[in-house]
Amino acid sequence: MTTTSMNKVLDKQTKIFLSVLASIAVLVIASNLLISPDSAFHIPTYTVTLLGKYLCYALLAVAIDLIWGYMGILSLGHGAFFALGGYAMGMYLMRQIGDRGVYGDPLLPDFMVFLNWSELPWFWQGFDMFWFAAVMVVLVPGVLAYVFGWLTFRSRVTGVYLSIITQALTYALMLAFYRNEMGFGGNNGLTDFKELLGFDLQANSTRIGLFAASAIALGLGYIACRFIVASKLGRVAMAVRDAESRTRFIGYKVENVKLWVFTFSAALAGIAGALYVPQVGIINPNEFSPLNSIEMVVWVALGGRATLYGAVVGAIIVNYAKTYFTGALPEVWLFALGGLFIVTTIFLPKGVVGLLKKKEAKS
Amino acid sequence: MSNIVSNYIEAIRDKDRVFDLVAPAVSPKLDVRKGCILYMEDVSVSFDGFKAINDLNLYVNEGELRCIIGPNGAGKTTMMDIITGKTVPDKGSVYFGQTINLLDMDEPEIARAGIGRKFQKPTVFEEQSVFSNLELAMACNKNVMPTLFAKLSGEELSHIEETLELIGLKDQRMLNAGALSHGQKQWLEIGMLIMQRPKLLLVDEPVAGMTHQEMDRTAELLISLEGRHSVVVVEHDMDFVRSIARTVTVLHQGSVLAEGTMDEVQNNARVKEVYLGE
Amino acid sequence: MTHYLSKVMLFACLLFSQLFTQAAWANSADDYSSGLEQINSSKLKQVALGVDLLIRSGHPEAEYLLNAMLESKLYRHKKQNRLVMLLGKDGSKFTIADLNDSSNQETLSKRKVKRIPLNNTLRGKIKVYLAGKSLNSESGDVRKAAAQKLLEDLGDDELALFKTRLNLETNPDVIYILESGIALDKLANGEAYEKDQAIKFLSDSLQPAVRNALTTIIESGSDELKPAAKKALAKIEDKVEFYGFLEKLFFGLSLGSVLVLAAIGLAITFGVMGCINMAHGELIMIGAYTTYVIQLLMPNSIGMSLIVSVPAAFLVSGLVGIAIERGIIQFLKGRPLETLLATFGVSLVLQQLVRSIFSPLNRSVETPEWMSGALEINPIFAITYNRLYIIFFCLAVFALLFFVLRKTVLGLQVRAVSQNRNMARAMGVKSEWVDALTFGLGSGVAGVAGVALSQLTNVGPNLGQSYIIDSFMVVVFGGVGNLWGTLVAGMSLGVANKMLEPMSGAVLAKIIVLIFIILFIQKKPRGLFPQKGRAAED
Repeated sequence: MTTTSMNKVLDKQTKIFLSVLASIAVLVIASNLLISPDSAFHIPTYTVTLLGKYLCYALLAVAIDLIWGYMGILSLGHGAFFALGGYAMGMYLMRQIGDRGVYGDPLLPDFMVFLNWSELPWFWQGFDMFWFAAVMVVLVPGVLAYVFGWLTFRSRVTGVYLSIITQALTYALMLAFYRNEMGFGGNNGLTDFKELLGFDLQANSTRIGLFAASAIALGLGYIACRFIVASKLGRVAMAVRDAESRTRFIGYKVENVKLWVFTFSAALAGIAGALYVPQVGIINPNEFSPLNSIEMVVWVALGGRATLYGAVVGAIIVNYAKTYFTGALPEVWLFALGGLFIVTTIFLPKGVVGLLKKKEAKS
Repeated sequence: MSNIVSNYIEAIRDKDRVFDLVAPAVSPKLDVRKGCILYMEDVSVSFDGFKAINDLNLYVNEGELRCIIGPNGAGKTTMMDIITGKTVPDKGSVYFGQTINLLDMDEPEIARAGIGRKFQKPTVFEEQSVFSNLELAMACNKNVMPTLFAKLSGEELSHIEETLELIGLKDQRMLNAGALSHGQKQWLEIGMLIMQRPKLLLVDEPVAGMTHQEMDRTAELLISLEGRHSVVVVEHDMDFVRSIARTVTVLHQGSVLAEGTMDEVQNNARVKEVYLGE
Repeated sequence: MTHYLSKVMLFACLLFSQLFTQAAWANSADDYSSGLEQINSSKLKQVALGVDLLIRSGHPEAEYLLNAMLESKLYRHKKQNRLVMLLGKDGSKFTIADLNDSSNQETLSKRKVKRIPLNNTLRGKIKVYLAGKSLNSESGDVRKAAAQKLLEDLGDDELALFKTRLNLETNPDVIYILESGIALDKLANGEAYEKDQAIKFLSDSLQPAVRNALTTIIESGSDELKPAAKKALAKIEDKVEFYGFLEKLFFGLSLGSVLVLAAIGLAITFGVMGCINMAHGELIMIGAYTTYVIQLLMPNSIGMSLIVSVPAAFLVSGLVGIAIERGIIQFLKGRPLETLLATFGVSLVLQQLVRSIFSPLNRSVETPEWMSGALEINPIFAITYNRLYIIFFCLAVFALLFFVLRKTVLGLQVRAVSQNRNMARAMGVKSEWVDALTFGLGSGVAGVAGVALSQLTNVGPNLGQSYIIDSFMVVVFGGVGNLWGTLVAGMSLGVANKMLEPMSGAVLAKIIVLIFIILFIQKKPRGLFPQKGRAAED
């Protein structure tokens, strides 16, 4: 990469974002490790993990912003890719339990013993190796997105139709994963994880490590998305968003552009899911629920579409609010979330970031 | 048998195309040895029983500037839709040159083969700069990966500059296209067409809503294209048609009513009947 | 010994009751009261005598008492030495009542009372008596049900009852069942030629007992009979399959009707305004809750309340819909994706609102009498009334909507706006007004769907969510803005679902249908009945 294109990718906002991300990550880790637990500045490990969870959500939001903000595809099924990445990681973590499960079977996870299965299904093979699971984290959501996109984009399903179909996709997957026969633990999902790469998941250091990994993943994912957005392909994507058929008439195969960006976005969502699962300690079919997927979209809408950092800001604001409300005023949360949907779409079409920009422009 | 061999050679030639710059902007398959660039024969299409195009036969010669006129609903826009792959006709054949069957191709393939289109309503990418609009339209490898890693070469840059000059938007190059005036948008769109380096340009009502000065400028622009490109212009404005036209085709109820020079057409009894209701 | 005796007595009793009704009445009261005394005991022997007496008495109360014994509800109060009726149990506490006066209740420790003992012989005796009683009931339907029940487990006693009743029976349905019973007996115990005849006779029957008997013969009967039995069974199986198919079709159509009802309002708003109303499911839910509230207001006339609910739900949901349109959607014109998100927000708010007002628990809406029960076509095929009514209701709503959209001024304007908004406005149609009314109409229909759903499932805050995706699928499958498309799509999805279910299970059937629609949309992105023409392009 030459310096000019490097500058294009790492524009002012990106540099600010990356430095803010890096300094927050370093501060959080430092205050957890170096400051004594009695001090007010100490961040407990519990909070570090919570922040790590937010960072996974932020990465997911960036992935959604890439296709919605820049290419105009409103996916109401991105939770499915997130969950599939999560399941791939969950399967690895399940295999890591080994004979420490309740039933003590060295090969079969507890739920399979419970279902009287005698051998490991074929699709669980290989998940005892981390590298294999890591490949699957990207490959499974990616391939699903590719197949789904190949079918839909080619037949020019767009707009609300596409949104509804993506919703149907995640709904069908949710129903499927709820079935015990699928071999993914039914409605309990996968849980009771013990260790990751030999590190105890409960250990402080592992949790810090996962937080750091999430921050790094967010940073790299962000740069990758910036690279796409700043490239000519990014401008073609925006052209597709603003005038799809015009883009076709100047010779771009719109379906291919959509397909590749969509697939990349799904893989990114899968990585976010894979980092999310060891931090929350469970993955179950509820992650596929259409409600989850549509909630993710509002993170991006609130933060500000077509600004990658806006997506990050939105994801963190909404999830912090969710943590606060579901703890303090659980019955208010749905009112707040519903109100957020309405207010954002009517009054904040450019999100919080757009609002700040406007203020900046005025002053 | 020879077909298989030629297909194979074709495939190899496609693979061989490492440097996009060397690639001709127009499909190598285009064969205009007979002097005719567009053939439409016995084309019909109907929507819900309404025959928008009815046994249409149209031939456009290479390098020609052809004007197509006709009352509302004569099927002018539908005809363009068929040529560019947006609408699939119920029957008939449409060929680009001798060999390229347009009915087998979708819009981007047709565009890549060398047919450019300007819409009735100016559609430019309003959120992007004038420069970027031209860059996007520029003839080059438009597949996903090459686009992702695309960088402008000096030659491409000067091509864009030339076009900016030609359409008179040099000073607005970094302006968002959405901020342009109506006429400027029309020119930008014609500029985008030029960037595509097509063999055949389809221009739908280029002067609708333009002032007289803008109209003259547009006429100049189109005439300057003649020779290098074949141009088909659909237009309502008779003064404008008269100022650029060499050959005029009159469409009526989905088929050709008359063809000839402006004077011939204007004196044609049937044309008078259709237009003036005499 | 006792068994034999009781049989004799039973026959005597039956004979008496039929031939000498008058005389029997005279003894009946005596037998009843001494029977009561006898069963007030902890000794099985004494109870058995008492039961015989009760049976002989033929007293109307005896039936009630014997039923209570069968259901283990008849107890003896140890201290007071009297018979009591058990009303309910709560741990070691029992609630009991007087035999004759259920309002005189008492709650006491379960040790204070003892159940009247019963063994299998007695139980069988009582069952036969009660069945025989119903077999001689006034009502043909009761007789039919009794005969059918007896046929399931046909013994000598039951057969005797059958033979006696056959002489008196006039109802052809009942006669057929009785004859089937006798034929079954002949098949098991008769001469060879009788067996042949029996098989021939039974080959028209759809009773499960007949199928079992024929299967037994094929598996372990004599070789001469096997071919005939096989043939008969094959004939029966054919019919069973046919009726099974009819049943699936019926279930499918009723599910389809629910889908059509749920989706048709969406089809209208989607078709005319081009926007997705994600709160549509919640408008259905509001309709269901309206039904619930109206039923609370008029608890004594359930049937009437349901009828009142239809216009009420239409109004309530319709008004909420208009409020959504005026308050939110009109500001998001031409931004369908934003509309989708905003209305999703509305759906969350409405859900939580209902949860706050009515509690998060499900409420059950009562079904009026004329909607419960089933129309029994034959022993293996019955049409439940609630499903039947839903189908009719759906068709009625569809016809009415069709009429409104085709024949009224509003309909004309709605169609004009949906085809070309600007042109319609130029012609003087107040498109804003039409939008609001259309949205109200679609929402109102959702409310009406809610009334129908309240009869099928429990009413809860999540009711709408469970139907919204299905509704979308119907609209997308049928083609936007086309009522016929919605009808055909809803019905075919319903039927497809029900046809797949036995093969794959309910969940998998749903998944298969969803995947089918996703694939279908690739082939025909505009649904089954697409809008054509230039207006539909871009």
